Amino acid sequence: MTTSVTGQDTDHDDERRPDDAPLADGPDEPIEPIEPVGSSDDYTDDRLPTPKGASRRLLLSLLRPHRARVALAAVLLLAQQAAVQAVPLLVAYAIDSGVPALRDDDNGPLIAVAVAYLLCALGAGVLQSSFILVSARVNQSVLLDLRGRIYRHAQALSLDFHDRYTSGRLISRSTSDVQSLRELLNEGLQEMLLILVSVTYIGGLLFYLDVGLGAAALVSLVPLALVVRSYRRRSAEKFNERSTAIAAVIVKFTETVNGIRPVKAFRREKANDASFDRLNRHHERLNGDTIMEMCRFVLFTRLIGAVAVASIVLWGAQRVRAGDMELGALAAGALYIRRLYDPLDRFAMLLNSYQAAVASLHKISGLLGQRPDVPEPRDPAPLPERPTERPGREVVFDDVRFAYRTGGDVLPRFRLTLAAGETTALVGATGAGKSTLAKLLARFYDPTEGRVLLDDTDLRRLTTTELRRGVVMVTQEAFLFSGTIAENIALGKPDATREEIEAAARAIGAHDFIEELPDGYDTDVRKRGGRISAGQRQLVAFARVLLANPAVVILDEATSSLDIPGERAVQDAMVTVLRDRTALVIAHRLSTVEIADRVLVMERGRVVEDGTPADLVAGTGHFSELHRAWRESLV
Amino acid sequence: MSPTASSPAAPTAPRRKRSVVRALLRLWPYVYPARVRVFSAAAIAVVAASMGLAMPLVLKWMVDGPVADGDTGGVWLGGLVLLFVGLAEALLFGLRRWLTARPLARVEANMRDSLYRHLQRLPVTFHDRWPTGQLLSRATGDLQLLRMFLAFGLTFLIVNSATILIGFGVLLAQDWTLGLVLVLPVVPLIVLCALFEQRFSAVARRAQDQMGDLTTVVEESILGIRVIKGFGRHRSQARAFRLLSGELRDTEMHKARLLAGIWLVILALPELFLGAALVLGVSQVADGQLTAGTLVAFMATAMVLRWPVESMGFLLALCNEAATATDRYFEVLDTDIPDEPSGSAAEASRAAPEDPPGDGLRLTDVVFRYPDAPPDTPPVLDGITLHVRPGETMALVGATGSGKTTLLALLPRLHEATSGRITLDGVDTATLSRAEVRERIAMAFEEPTLFSASVGENVLMGGEDADEAALARALRVSQADGFVRALPEGLETEVGEQGLSLSGGQRQRLALARAVVGRPRFLVLDDPLSALDVHTEARVEAALREVLVGTTALVVAHRPSTVQLADRVALLSEGRVAAVGTHTELLRDNAEYRRLMTGESQLSGGRGRPSPSGGPLTAPSRSA
Repeated sequence: MTTSVTGQDTDHDDERRPDDAPLADGPDEPIEPIEPVGSSDDYTDDRLPTPKGASRRLLLSLLRPHRARVALAAVLLLAQQAAVQAVPLLVAYAIDSGVPALRDDDNGPLIAVAVAYLLCALGAGVLQSSFILVSARVNQSVLLDLRGRIYRHAQALSLDFHDRYTSGRLISRSTSDVQSLRELLNEGLQEMLLILVSVTYIGGLLFYLDVGLGAAALVSLVPLALVVRSYRRRSAEKFNERSTAIAAVIVKFTETVNGIRPVKAFRREKANDASFDRLNRHHERLNGDTIMEMCRFVLFTRLIGAVAVASIVLWGAQRVRAGDMELGALAAGALYIRRLYDPLDRFAMLLNSYQAAVASLHKISGLLGQRPDVPEPRDPAPLPERPTERPGREVVFDDVRFAYRTGGDVLPRFRLTLAAGETTALVGATGAGKSTLAKLLARFYDPTEGRVLLDDTDLRRLTTTELRRGVVMVTQEAFLFSGTIAENIALGKPDATREEIEAAARAIGAHDFIEELPDGYDTDVRKRGGRISAGQRQLVAFARVLLANPAVVILDEATSSLDIPGERAVQDAMVTVLRDRTALVIAHRLSTVEIADRVLVMERGRVVEDGTPADLVAGTGHFSELHRAWRESLV
Repeated sequence: MSPTASSPAAPTAPRRKRSVVRALLRLWPYVYPARVRVFSAAAIAVVAASMGLAMPLVLKWMVDGPVADGDTGGVWLGGLVLLFVGLAEALLFGLRRWLTARPLARVEANMRDSLYRHLQRLPVTFHDRWPTGQLLSRATGDLQLLRMFLAFGLTFLIVNSATILIGFGVLLAQDWTLGLVLVLPVVPLIVLCALFEQRFSAVARRAQDQMGDLTTVVEESILGIRVIKGFGRHRSQARAFRLLSGELRDTEMHKARLLAGIWLVILALPELFLGAALVLGVSQVADGQLTAGTLVAFMATAMVLRWPVESMGFLLALCNEAATATDRYFEVLDTDIPDEPSGSAAEASRAAPEDPPGDGLRLTDVVFRYPDAPPDTPPVLDGITLHVRPGETMALVGATGSGKTTLLALLPRLHEATSGRITLDGVDTATLSRAEVRERIAMAFEEPTLFSASVGENVLMGGEDADEAALARALRVSQADGFVRALPEGLETEVGEQGLSLSGGQRQRLALARAVVGRPRFLVLDDPLSALDVHTEARVEAALREVLVGTTALVVAHRPSTVQLADRVALLSEGRVAAVGTHTELLRDNAEYRRLMTGESQLSGGRGRPSPSGGPLTAPSRSA
């Protein structure tokens, strides 16, 4: 299946698109202002408004549900480190007490050392294993949670947002950026705790051995902290740019792969090579930059460490000579100081993944911070029971006005009632406001003023589930998801049985062609032989509606033409779908208009003609003119 | 949607006896340009690590010697040596990273580039088979992993192995009996690691594949957002997402369990033997066979070795993941790009005169069957013989599933004919390179795709040396000049994935302009006016007629109005040419054509409602 990324949206957003195809308004209609959701630059630069500290808050909110486990992990690691760090003490004890005792033929201390060492070794291993398991559970739950949040949020955001943000970036957010967090978590929690623990332990031991040594070690951490700060500042911007750069690479990649046919037909390979190369090299440079920052950081911290070790040892030696310190304390202290700086390399790697993850989390929280234009109701109401004697539900646009936030009425205030069970066709030029009207009913937008009522219930008071039980919109594109035909039909009613699915397909006239597919209803639409034609896709889309069985159906009729038998199959299916429902059809075909009970002709956001098809044909308005042209084209 | 159905998404994943080393060796050609730096970096890291090992020796010397003896000069010397060793180590560490930073970023970029280039040249059938998410996860996640591996994994594997070897040398030199005690656990460690490696690599591969599947679901949920919105939500998609991400988590937990096991072994086993060495050492010291200083130094050295040994656990895991990432990468890269004709044949055909006398477009006995279709299925196209004369426009009419779109795809060799000949002005397209064929044939698809570029650039993609005038003319022909002028930045307006989204009709007109801008000798149009309203369609047709006069064209048509553009019509039926003639002839003589072109209810506009569903429904595929 080769649905191209760019080939997705066909006519749904026509209100905001300039077009020159007016039916009656002369060749060049004024252009609707393009409404910016953020400033369009924000989108181009891949920067959504994100409050300060949002990424840290996001990370904390992800970890908070697991704080018990995190605490357990920390305890395990502390214990593990206790076991590991005890070893030098055991060595000291063995030499200081074990050796003299042994010379006195006392095996006791040595046996004690042996047992303690055995316990430490096993303890270190077992505790480390448990820690890995506990922290892996935390990490994986966090990632699961984050992936789910991005996924659900992306689903909740408006189509507007999707049009602007582009699919490639969303994909990049939920793959590449989540991956950054994964890398941080995988090593991060462990490394962070390890470093903290080992620094605390060693610091504590140094203080225990000699207060001066401990204090000196503490002082040496100050320049380290400065280097860390400078690294964080410098690398944050680089990581941010890198994340944007990889998103651009991903966008180009998916665009090419999804549009491979035209790419080949127009021999875009070389040009694409060049532009991909440019994006890829840009990413390469930024990637290199981030590594260079890391290189700088490692160099500086190591230098500081080297100077600190040498000076502290020298200072200690002076004190031993002066008799301020035991020789043994210096011997052990020197070893410990050395180890104090051992985790630096790992710390650098941790900081590196942390910065990368923060940059990614920043972008993710920008995405998650976008509020859906149509919020869920705070105080949801159910739809009233449907009286059995009448089909469909009544729809009322109650003094509705719709304007973009930037101003500019798309639909000036109007009142419109669609009687229950009636099919209404919407006709008009591109940009006349048909789609906006339909989208208000589908609640893809909320009206600027007024209310859209479904059997006297404001759409804003319905939960999404309740709303979609009542109102379903079929868009032009009949996108098929990977999976079987049956699964694709069941989109309308996820818990449908196979019998229900087949019944719907049969009623719509899709059963025969489905049966002829290699595996019938179980044919995978992504596999060869599962490819189905445009007309057949539309039938599948209709079968979905039939299965969903909404009281109100909104149909954005596909513009692309089928052969006439195919067209007829679709027309028949449409009649089936529209029967016994309240229907609003954005009509592109005369035959569709003719099956409507009522036709609304729209122009510049207003309904200019309203009547039965027959009345309007007989009249002298736009519709009769349009009708004539239509008829002529069919000859 | 069901993950089990979509998960063999790595379709070519063979049951192979894999070897981590063999897999990783395949990276060599990419690492080759960076080899000097990579190996220098490794060498430097080994030296730096040796310095790390030298530190305890210097400390021991200081403590046992000058400090104990109160030798001030010796203490200062020791301090200086310590400082020098530390600084050198720091510089070497920095140098190591500096050496590999850019080259390895380049390796990653180069590999991504090759993958992208290769993908662009793989046949359409490949892309039909592979979900984008699987390709994307290879181009991003897997390659990032490989860079990580080359930057850290490989280096530390070398460094830590070297450190361990040198360290053992030092240990043995310090006291060979104690040293031998520490050598003992090496064999069981290696065995256990090998066992671990086998099991871990299988799980790692599964995790990566599941990641690819998850990417696919995410991608579809975004591409199909309009459908999902229309129905509220896509529950099975959401379920697949939940299921897949849950499975991924389980696999990751499985990985964690294996890791936990190997860490237990790697941590505890050497430590136990170290304990034994300590006990032994203490008794030796007690017996006076060993000085306390030597024992301290020995233990210190052994503890320096602790981290390299421990790190082997995650290094092994990283190696495994890198190996599976390499496998996944090369699964795509190993897929062959179909051969182009050898130079001589292409030369010969290029030499063929471009000028008249053209022969037009000729298909002779063309058969097409999808390469992966079982041999017993009937071919999609079964012996097509068709001649479009020079300058002639032929309409291609046929029911859904009759093979029209497949036939069109054969002309620019998007698919390769299974047998038969297709000639352009007498030149067999099989003897031309694909690029040459596509240079001669311009195409407009039913689904008009615009690329992320300006409007002007999108149109000019159709003709390499088309100028301003040609662009203006093409836009006029497709009646796109009006709306293009009204766009915010006119011809410079960015469209496509990254730009302004245009309506279906607008995109179709730009796609048409793209097809005609280069004044191609051959034009192939797949229902080029389907998304246009009647007025625009009429205007486009009028303008298109002029273009078609000098062009050999094949046009798929669904509506009588589009057929009107053609001189002759070919009726395609079940993969064969059923009839060729003018519109009028076919309308008169051919029942199927009549049915396709004049569905009765469409012509006799008086019949308001088509038969409701109770009536006989014609399933499109049956009607062929």
